[in-house]
Amino acid sequence: MADHGVTTLAILATLMVLLPLMAIFGYLVYKGASSLNLDFFTKVQKPPGEVGGGMANAIVGSALLLGLASIMGVPLGIGAGIYLAEFGRGTKLANAVRFTADVLNGVPSIVMGVAAYAVIVSPHVSWLPFLGHFSALAGGVALGIMMIPTIARTSEEMLLMVPNAVREAGLGLGVPNWRSTLSISVRTASPGIITGCMLAFARVAGETAPLIFTVLGNAFWSVDVNRPIAALPLQIYVDALSPYDDWHRLAWAGSLVLIVLIVAAVSLVRYVTSRGVLKGAS
Amino acid sequence: MIEQVTEIRVSKLQPPSNPESPAAEPSPGGAGESEVRRYLLSRGNSAGADRAFHWLMVLCGLSIFAIVALIVFELVLRSQESLHAFGWSFFFKADHDPITGQPIYWDPVNGHYSALPFVYGTLVSSFLSLLLAVPLAVGVAIFLTEMCPRALRGILAFLTELLAAIPSIVYGLWAVYILVPLLRQYVNPLLIHSLGWTGLFGDDNPTGLGYTTSAVILAIMILPIISSLTREVMTAVPHSQREAVLALGATRWEMIRMGVLRNARIGIVGAVILGLGRALGETMAVTMVIGNTPEISKSLLANGASMAAVIANEYAEAVSDIHRSALTEIGLALFVVTIIVNAAARLLVWAVTRGAPARVV
Repeated sequence: MADHGVTTLAILATLMVLLPLMAIFGYLVYKGASSLNLDFFTKVQKPPGEVGGGMANAIVGSALLLGLASIMGVPLGIGAGIYLAEFGRGTKLANAVRFTADVLNGVPSIVMGVAAYAVIVSPHVSWLPFLGHFSALAGGVALGIMMIPTIARTSEEMLLMVPNAVREAGLGLGVPNWRSTLSISVRTASPGIITGCMLAFARVAGETAPLIFTVLGNAFWSVDVNRPIAALPLQIYVDALSPYDDWHRLAWAGSLVLIVLIVAAVSLVRYVTSRGVLKGAS
Repeated sequence: MIEQVTEIRVSKLQPPSNPESPAAEPSPGGAGESEVRRYLLSRGNSAGADRAFHWLMVLCGLSIFAIVALIVFELVLRSQESLHAFGWSFFFKADHDPITGQPIYWDPVNGHYSALPFVYGTLVSSFLSLLLAVPLAVGVAIFLTEMCPRALRGILAFLTELLAAIPSIVYGLWAVYILVPLLRQYVNPLLIHSLGWTGLFGDDNPTGLGYTTSAVILAIMILPIISSLTREVMTAVPHSQREAVLALGATRWEMIRMGVLRNARIGIVGAVILGLGRALGETMAVTMVIGNTPEISKSLLANGASMAAVIANEYAEAVSDIHRSALTEIGLALFVVTIIVNAAARLLVWAVTRGAPARVV
């Protein structure tokens, strides 16, 4: 009898978990879909009182920030993943690096923003022309710092799946160690590593907190790396808390775009990793 | 082993014992070494490049430590001013209004800085969210690992993971426009009516914002983390445990309770602590629904503030250095607490799953 009761409770718990998910997606589509027109993707936000406008500057700004972040985050992250999987397997240093990367993944993103502010934006450091003020560069650094542990762990997992026989075959043919790592192991695991990077992009694209006081946001069209720039989650935040209905409408539409991109990335990652990474090796 | 292979050098190969004998040489007319050997020796080996690549990768790995060092260094450096001015009592003492005797917690304009309401708000909303999320998350995990038909398992697991992928600003937007009116009109009056006698549900906040709302949205956000880690530790329990309990005549729930949950409870505690770590640091959704009032109230329905929320709200506009330094000190405290909580959680989960690569959630 208790068995039946617990089964019912478990099913109820699952339904209660799925309920907010359905509610969030449902409301996003219901409130945001009608505002998604060509104007949304091509125009900049209009002043309050004027109808229309869009989030073109925010979308382009987010793309630029992701590009800056990945210049810093992707090479270092993949390099750390190669170190963990190829050179450091079993050593104490690698275990410490892996543990630190996991712990860093849980640090709140606002702390990364504070650190990026202190390094790049703070008036104390204005001895270089691109330092000392809010800029897209600062946001890129904050997001890049967040990407490194994520990409390191996922590329390590993907590289560990490459069978040792493949590496040994390369070495047996006289391929140098560094060449074998790059051309054989990394190339075999590259679909997995790329999807790991996409997962990191999806996570970082939705981050608002580190951007509030590093890029500051921009109401106008700007792609200057050295100036404040608009970003999609930041624009959603400002619009959602504003008192204007038109801006609320834009916030819902922006959220819908963000969610669609993130869900697409997560689904793609799921599909690729479930199909198996080692199509090339086996 | 791979290192040893690369150390074998071509020069260690022995030359032919009789260099004068024409039969020992593949190329006619050449005296001394063979053409092949000369060619191989001239190509050199890759020891230099290998070493450079190795050290480059080690440097990339050490960049993780560099990130932690950078964050700690900058946070400590920028909060020196506030640390010198207020010391550690920043976190548990407050100034008092000389006329009314009421405590003044956070008044940057007049120079009163105390992190007490933020610490209180963070702790209250996080622990309340744990109270709401843990039963649901463990229930979902039990359903998905033990009771769910295999066909549904993939879809439901994917949907739970989707909850984790939703960015926190979207949660905040949904909370402000859907959750807050819902709580304001239906749930809060119900709570005041039925539980007001406890003194924990006062009726002086009709906005629908407050500790309870932020606890609800935090619970939705930490649920997928706790649930997926609990599923991982439950599947790590060997089947022999389940079979042994069933062989002794247990029902399914008894099997789950005695065979699985009892063995996995350390990992489940670790998963819960990881969820707590996420809840402590959550910024955007909490900023939008907690009310941002730096006060301490006994009522769970009252407006409050949290550490991450005050940093997000005031950092960009902080005018004086001491204000920014105080905010950085709050950020440093947040960093230290989440590092400790996450490290403890990861150790507990590792103890059960024995070092299988942790999921990147």
